Amino acid sequence: MTRSLKTPKGWLHARRKMANRLLWVGAILATLIALVPLLMILTYLVVHGLPSLNLAFFTHLPKPVGEVGGGMANAIAGTLELIGLACLLGLPLGIMSGIFLSEFGNNRTGGIIRFLADVLASVPSIVIGIFVYTIVVLPMKHFSALAGGIALGIMMIPTVMRTTEEIVRLVPQSLRQSSLSLGVTQFRTTFSVVLLAARAGVITGVLLAIARIAGETAPLLFTAFGNRFWSYQLNQPIASLPKQIYNYAIAPYDDWHAQAWTGALVLVSLILILSVAARYATRGRYRIVR
Amino acid sequence: MPPVIMTVEDLDFYYGKKQVLFKVNIPIRERQITALIGPSGCGKSTFLRTLNRMNDVIEDTHYAGQILLEGEDILSSDIDVVALRQRVGMVFQRPTPFPMSIFDNVAFGPRINGLARGSALTELVERSLQRAALFDEVKDLLHQSAQALSGGQQQRLCIARVLAVEPEIVLMDEPCSALDPISTARIEELMIELKQEYTIVIVTHNMQQAARVSDETGFFLSGELIEFDSSKQMFTDPHDKRTEDYITGRFG
Repeated sequence: MTRSLKTPKGWLHARRKMANRLLWVGAILATLIALVPLLMILTYLVVHGLPSLNLAFFTHLPKPVGEVGGGMANAIAGTLELIGLACLLGLPLGIMSGIFLSEFGNNRTGGIIRFLADVLASVPSIVIGIFVYTIVVLPMKHFSALAGGIALGIMMIPTVMRTTEEIVRLVPQSLRQSSLSLGVTQFRTTFSVVLLAARAGVITGVLLAIARIAGETAPLLFTAFGNRFWSYQLNQPIASLPKQIYNYAIAPYDDWHAQAWTGALVLVSLILILSVAARYATRGRYRIVR
Repeated sequence: MPPVIMTVEDLDFYYGKKQVLFKVNIPIRERQITALIGPSGCGKSTFLRTLNRMNDVIEDTHYAGQILLEGEDILSSDIDVVALRQRVGMVFQRPTPFPMSIFDNVAFGPRINGLARGSALTELVERSLQRAALFDEVKDLLHQSAQALSGGQQQRLCIARVLAVEPEIVLMDEPCSALDPISTARIEELMIELKQEYTIVIVTHNMQQAARVSDETGFFLSGELIEFDSSKQMFTDPHDKRTEDYITGRFG
């Protein structure tokens, strides 16, 4: 006797349908709940931060206690300078080691290096700050932008290394072989062809690494330290957005609280712009050219 | 019969412990097309890759025997592999345009090796594109991305790229197997033109193609060269029974 293909009726089937539906509803509910903190943060940022957002915020220095107004111009500039310094350290080291790992790292040594990079990536940022304090700030005998840049640069290295490695790995062997068979050296093949093919992905990795370090505060606490005035010299303490936000947030002045919210809004916007730019760079497919 | 430009003598090739080529002896004659045929896995592509030492990029391989290019053994360890690959170029099965403009693709090799600069470079690129029968189609598009070309055009671009470094021998590893019949026909025509200036060695799965374009053909089976003869002879009256079986389609 053949079995019918019609949908079965009966309580067993009804129970299965109910379980299916519950799971669905549960999953959707969990997702919505997970989004709540993010949406609340964004709402608070906009509601509290927007009122004090004006041109003065981007162009004026912090005013002394008691005086109303002022801005975070030095902190914004400071964050940008620290990012620049971090890139000077983190980008060459990260990209070159990423290339090394993907081209020559298919062995035990490569495995060890990858493991160490992952460990470095999970070191708490304050520990990195203390480390840089010991090796840079103490010998120099003062806090400095250089120390802050080094701390952030160290944090960038594992991220850039791993994303560069993965993206370079995706470049097909056929491209490398075509270049080698033209009588081009391994070195030029790697840099003029493979890296070129991988550039969109590498840029994305860099932008994401920058987005990550832009908001770091702990490593800057004992390295860049913070500064109430304009400063750009490498051997002087420098202001940064996260530090300034912290200073203002714990102060007892309402005016400063409002500015802290605005600072937070600006910081999150900066990170958002970087992340969107990273997505834009790899729009469509992952931009590895065949 | 044209003079021999490259002689393969008693070539053995090993992937690790596994031997895949057994005492291969082949003369490659100047300015003609030598085809290598045989069933899948018979070692013909591996053999082709030893001619420009491309197998060196694979780990744990070694050779025995010698390959003489104008008197020098190219398998010896004091050969500059980079210089060898300029003289013995290769076109692969799948077209692989670099992520740059058409012009930069063709100019890549000469630029890196310092062969030409400025207006001499432009002339070299044009000449190479013309020799690859691609110039007319792309002359107004030279600075556009090479990715935008069709499959057949990309393969001709790869040929132009190889010609730009001015090799003596051009190796082709199943150059048409990823292309449609019309592009295939154009590239076959191209090969016949190219042999006036270059020596061509082509590996092909397509026996009819070998019969159409080549002057001499070698039949490989399980790493051995079974027969090597003029193409006319090979495809009408082969000496070895295995060759005859393969050509008539009894296997492979």
